[in-house]
Amino acid sequence: MTHRMGGTRTLEVGALARVEGEGAMHVKIEDGVVRDVQLAIYEPPRFFEAFLVGRSYTEPPDITARICGICPIAYQASSCNAIESVCGAEIPDSIRALRRLLYCGEWIESHVLHIYMLHAPDFLGFPSAIHLAAKFPEVVERALRMKKLGNDIVEVVGGRAIHPINVRLGGFYRTPSKAELNAFTERLLRARDEALETVRLVSTFEFPDFDGDWELVSLASDGEYPIPEGRRLISDRGLDISIEDYGKHFAETHVAHANALHSHMLERGQYAVGPLARYSLNADKLSPIAKQIAAEVGLGTECRNPFRSIIVRAVELVYAYDEAIRIIDSYEQPERPFVDVQPRAGVGHGCSEAPRGLLYHKYEIDGRGDILSAQIVPPTAQNQPAIESDLEAFVQDRLHLDDHELTHQCEQVIRNYDPCISCATHFLDLHVERS
Amino acid sequence: MSEATKPKLAVWKFSSCDGCQLSLLDCEDELLQVVGAVEVSYFLEASSAIAEGPYDVSLVEGSITTEHDIERIKEVRRLSGILVSIGACATAGGIQALRNFADVREYTSTVYAHPEFISTLKTSTGIADHVKVDLELRGCPIDRHQLLEVVTALLSGRKPRVPTHAVCVECKKRGNVCVLTEHGTPCLGPVTQTGCGALCPSFNRGCYGCFGPAENTNIDSLTSALRATGMQDRDLVRVFRTFNAWSPAFRAAGEKVAAGGVTQ
Repeated sequence: MTHRMGGTRTLEVGALARVEGEGAMHVKIEDGVVRDVQLAIYEPPRFFEAFLVGRSYTEPPDITARICGICPIAYQASSCNAIESVCGAEIPDSIRALRRLLYCGEWIESHVLHIYMLHAPDFLGFPSAIHLAAKFPEVVERALRMKKLGNDIVEVVGGRAIHPINVRLGGFYRTPSKAELNAFTERLLRARDEALETVRLVSTFEFPDFDGDWELVSLASDGEYPIPEGRRLISDRGLDISIEDYGKHFAETHVAHANALHSHMLERGQYAVGPLARYSLNADKLSPIAKQIAAEVGLGTECRNPFRSIIVRAVELVYAYDEAIRIIDSYEQPERPFVDVQPRAGVGHGCSEAPRGLLYHKYEIDGRGDILSAQIVPPTAQNQPAIESDLEAFVQDRLHLDDHELTHQCEQVIRNYDPCISCATHFLDLHVERS
Repeated sequence: MSEATKPKLAVWKFSSCDGCQLSLLDCEDELLQVVGAVEVSYFLEASSAIAEGPYDVSLVEGSITTEHDIERIKEVRRLSGILVSIGACATAGGIQALRNFADVREYTSTVYAHPEFISTLKTSTGIADHVKVDLELRGCPIDRHQLLEVVTALLSGRKPRVPTHAVCVECKKRGNVCVLTEHGTPCLGPVTQTGCGALCPSFNRGCYGCFGPAENTNIDSLTSALRATGMQDRDLVRVFRTFNAWSPAFRAAGEKVAAGGVTQ
């Protein structure tokens, strides 16, 4: 919906489509200047951080998974990392590898969903993948095949595709046999080829010339592209801190206009997490095949154009299949599916790279294992200021476009981030101040 | 079938994680067949194309947590032929119904610097507490095979086959060793409705009640059996108060333990 009054021009989308969760967009232009931009969130609050208080330290993997049906494994991983660190648990490499495989399954499922079903329709001019399927059935069939493989991996390792039941502190309830995992290899090899085709396909899309003005922040993992764990946070402007110091460098503020807890870096400003940050800060840690395809399509080793995040996601997809192949190839079933994690009083921090970016958890527990406090910062809360800043700069340079086209392109600006509004545990009810 | 004569399907979201509607997109093998048989008229997560109601079948995800939700669900009901509530949030208020046992004002100030910005109801409740629901599909999340069964049955005008017996029965069918009696692992299988295929016990884990209470079960007897495994009362209250905490049977069981009502 758009309307003009005098020198004021307002662009509004009341209910954003092809994003996870409920959000709206509001852009106000006065006399040729963008005055106000809001990615408004009307997903009601669910109070996870409040009701986690008083629960047992063993429960966050199951409970916080319910924050997001699209990336439950991210929540399980970040919460396990945080609580295991309080309790001083040492996780064996074999279990860590299995966690990485499980997380690759989630990346595959989520990235294929976003690339083909949520994002590509924007570039190809369709309202949905369902409409896309009518014209290019083989493309959508390929996408569904690729996505299903991600879900199948999550089902075998995690028990089920949404809210996996097999993840616990210290590891798993049951670990798969070597044979169960080997059964995936042939499909993974084919899917990796299809992912290479995906990179080639999406790199032919037309991308607006646009670079975001924010600091890129990602998790750093020793010698590996960051996925299920990491103890340091790095940025393209020199940040290099322990995740324990997250609270000293990042803060959440409660702003009325957008009704969400906005995250920002203290004394530094807005930042972006997600595929662009991960890739730009860790491209050297990708596998040879992923590096090769990135070079083939001319991606470079840094990318700051959020529209091109679809290419980065596709490269990460190649990598996720490749990693799954590598992990399965060297997999030995652990002797025990989990290590014991005994409660210990203290505060623990845990991070992982959800498909849409850094997910931070912090828990304080007492000696009995009761949770005293919980803090969860999902990627979309961190990206919201960046999305709004993108919208502002993007609209300012495109005021010549008519309202319909401009609104449509603004929606794309938002979808570039694959925002997961349901993830926003502490997003608020909306009261937009409209002038 | 032409677009004009295809049944119109709508998918609605209230307070939730999006997982249950994602189950529809997770039916990779059947998705194109399903969307070929219906007109997907309103499904914001998947499509920006919106067709006006009325809708023949509405799938409703999520719980009611705001005044606006109450108005919106009435409108959805008005626009819908058959209304199916899907998942633990829509059928029992979901995990966010834990606020129902607490003071929501305290919750608000725990999470937010400016509680005055927040507008929320004191409770999170299922759809049937507000409008007539034609069919409920349990689970946190729902099982996608059950979802396909419901959609297929409704399209062909027959009654969907959704079993209501306990997880225990499913375990016996699968030949699982009982984790409760053999391993002493706390398990809600005897009182939880099936739908998952006894997933947790098949992974050496006790059932934790995703599908909510089954009909005609003896929760008191399970409570005693759980105590016998060494569970303390506060842990007992916790197991009943998760994703289906506000379902009448689990709510009563939790309250009874909290009040010290079950002894043995």
